[in-house]
Amino acid sequence: MTGRSIRSFSSVMARVQALQSRAVASFQSPQQPHGRLYSTHPPNAKLNLPTDYSTTPLLAHASQTALANPELPPEARNGTTKRMNLFQAVNDALSISLAEDESVMIFGEDVAFGGVFRCTGKLADTYGGDRVFNTPLTEQGIIGFAIGVAAEGMRPVAEIQFADYVYPAFDQLVNEAAKFRYRDGTCGRGVGGMTVRMPCGGVGHGALYHSQSPESLFTHIPGLRVIMPRSPLQAKGLLLAAIRSNDPCIFMEPKILYRAAVEQVPTVPYTLPLSKAEVLKEGTDVTIISYGQPLYKCMAAIREAEEKLGISVELIDLRTIYPWDKTTVFESVRKTGRCMVVHEAMVNAGVGAEIAAAIQEDPDTFFRMEAPVLRVAGWSIHTPLVYEAFNVPDVARIYDNITKILQY
Amino acid sequence: MKRIRLPTQRASTAQGRRVALQQPLLLSPAAACTAKTPALAPPARRHAGSLSQRPDAKHVSFPGAIKSAFSNTLRFEQPSTYPALATYRAVDQHGVAVDPSFVPDLADDAVVELYRDMLTVSIMDLIMFDAQRQGRLSFYMVSAGEEAVSVATASALEKEDVIFCQYREQGVFRQRGFTLADFMNQLFANRKDPGKGRNMPVHYGSKELNIHTISSPLATQLPQASGAAYALKIQRMQDPSIPPRVVAAYFGEGAASEGDFHAALNIAATRSCPVIFICRNNGYAISTPTLEQYRGDGIASRGLGYGIETIRVDGNDFWAVREATKKARELALQDGGKPVLIEAMTYRVSHHSTSDDSFAYRARVEVEDWKRRDNPIARLRKWMEAKGCWDEAKEKEARESIRREVLKAFSEAEREKKPPIRSMFEDIYEDLTPDLQEQMKALKRQIEQYPDEYDVGEFVEGAGSLGR
Repeated sequence: MTGRSIRSFSSVMARVQALQSRAVASFQSPQQPHGRLYSTHPPNAKLNLPTDYSTTPLLAHASQTALANPELPPEARNGTTKRMNLFQAVNDALSISLAEDESVMIFGEDVAFGGVFRCTGKLADTYGGDRVFNTPLTEQGIIGFAIGVAAEGMRPVAEIQFADYVYPAFDQLVNEAAKFRYRDGTCGRGVGGMTVRMPCGGVGHGALYHSQSPESLFTHIPGLRVIMPRSPLQAKGLLLAAIRSNDPCIFMEPKILYRAAVEQVPTVPYTLPLSKAEVLKEGTDVTIISYGQPLYKCMAAIREAEEKLGISVELIDLRTIYPWDKTTVFESVRKTGRCMVVHEAMVNAGVGAEIAAAIQEDPDTFFRMEAPVLRVAGWSIHTPLVYEAFNVPDVARIYDNITKILQY
Repeated sequence: MKRIRLPTQRASTAQGRRVALQQPLLLSPAAACTAKTPALAPPARRHAGSLSQRPDAKHVSFPGAIKSAFSNTLRFEQPSTYPALATYRAVDQHGVAVDPSFVPDLADDAVVELYRDMLTVSIMDLIMFDAQRQGRLSFYMVSAGEEAVSVATASALEKEDVIFCQYREQGVFRQRGFTLADFMNQLFANRKDPGKGRNMPVHYGSKELNIHTISSPLATQLPQASGAAYALKIQRMQDPSIPPRVVAAYFGEGAASEGDFHAALNIAATRSCPVIFICRNNGYAISTPTLEQYRGDGIASRGLGYGIETIRVDGNDFWAVREATKKARELALQDGGKPVLIEAMTYRVSHHSTSDDSFAYRARVEVEDWKRRDNPIARLRKWMEAKGCWDEAKEKEARESIRREVLKAFSEAEREKKPPIRSMFEDIYEDLTPDLQEQMKALKRQIEQYPDEYDVGEFVEGAGSLGR
């Protein structure tokens, strides 16, 4: 009966379609949230085009490019690479951790079958259900459990299915994980072995509860290390560093990049430094600081600005959002005299505010400023479904702010 | 606030022992309500210090367990030695009444109407699932296998009752009067969507139907339901002309693992809130089967732990669900109000959502077996056919006309414009803050300066709504 309904419906649907002659998206894999993107680009757009991940200089499309990364250890630089997207790189890092360290365990909602974004695929089969397992549906339980596991000397990697759902675990993170070592004093125990992974950020149709980027709620908490990778190569190295780190880490994965961002990733285990920013592109007139997906939009805006305005822009990926790398940022801003911070989360009390305040507090940097620090970020609203394209920083808004900061 | 001072009261223990309370009780408003029927009223507030342990007493009089008999056997209770709570059925899978005391309380045409609601939901589900696959909308969730739980529970509630849903209860909306246009306007986030285009598809809400707007986080609605029920109770105490009302709160067995579930039941029990907790236990929380979700006897056993009257019903049995909810509503309004828990056993026939492919974690044959074995729509249809108020011709006509209606509402809603862009800034605060006004102006300037970079054509008023 059901099958008949679907078939007969299809023909009706075809008529409705013909009637309205609307473009119909192709069938996509049902593995991740997808479908109609409300943020499709306008027909005559020159700036607000979809990010072309296949050509962006932010991804290592060739093996040599990946291996030339000076932050890689020699064994990685002399090794091979493999093409991976972001979820495969995360999976690779998790797999390496499980293989190299028996104290690593991975758990969360639906992780056993591979997770809703496929980051934990095959791990339960390979490493066994004792160390890779589903938890009941309780974020406070997952994080409290992870804290307990870490307190007894192991290295849990807990997954929260969406960053939007981490809030029941806030008490455990803020009052427990962040304060564990501090309150234990000379007793010397801590939960630094813990890493909490969560997908974050907009995908075009996630609305109020599948789009949030709550990093600044965590960067306000001393004791937590907050990390957001921009690419597969970065994700593997930073996640391995987070898992090996002796501080509790919040590892936020921009979920729009899980499949979209593909690059060559060194196959051997390697770490990338935490709390160290990276200059992605050198420049002399403006410094743009960002992290995660907006970096790709910054890159597009910079290309346009450099071409149109004849200027040169420096782009910095903060990578670890707190404790953050002030040295790299200050050095850059002292050189360019102009600074703009770009993030997807709402502008109020966000990461941009922290960076702007730190810059103006540092006399050596402040005296070199030619313009106030600008913030390009989400408006002070929740993430609304059909208006997402007007909310998240886009290439045109970043470009416009570059022109503004130059005119000051 | 009215407070009632009573003379010294007595609290009774299970054995009829009476322990004098030392202090006059200052009753809370909740207790004041129960005080109207003193014979049934539980002690409003136990004062720990007032319970004295008599010498040689056979019962514990600790404040935390006043009815516990002393035992001289060191024994841990084994959950496995208790039989699983029974599952109530009124009608079996062949459509035959099995509860001898069951008398249908609805006229034939009323049953047919509710059956049509179930059918409507299931046909709409199929169409919208496929529409999502074709890229016509971003997301959808079907409720296949769970139509009876939604429609039958809703049918036993009053229009004035207040509802909190999880997200798979389109049958509740339908039964209470949500039209196909209402569904479609929300799904297409158009200008007629009361959610103003802000929410993901299936996040319906209706003030008129007393159903709060759906929120994606799980179980957050449950303590809210307890609070809402308490508000209804207090409002009726303060104004007896208001009809007695209950709150119904829906959730899945996965959500029952959240801390909020436990908080909700406990606070509802302690504050004697007239709330019906309705669990759709469909076997899966996305990929996680119940075996990895809990080890106790389902969700029902937890109600008992919190001192809540509880029933488990066959969720494929429309009549069992309706009868249980009718009785639950009566109970919830007794003794000044109290919570009730219904655990409806179902099976999630469909994928969790359009973002999920459930064959990655369960066998196709498992699903096919379930579909063949039992189905709430087929079961009620069998019952109706045996009763003589339904047949193949009516079924065919109903399916065809519903499909036509759904597609008509579909294409009308899809053609509508999106709400004004201004809506993205509104309702954050009661009034637009100076910050938000500035941001709205900045967005307007940006769109005007870069007209080719933004598509405002599908929104009412284009960029005009952002200010003159």
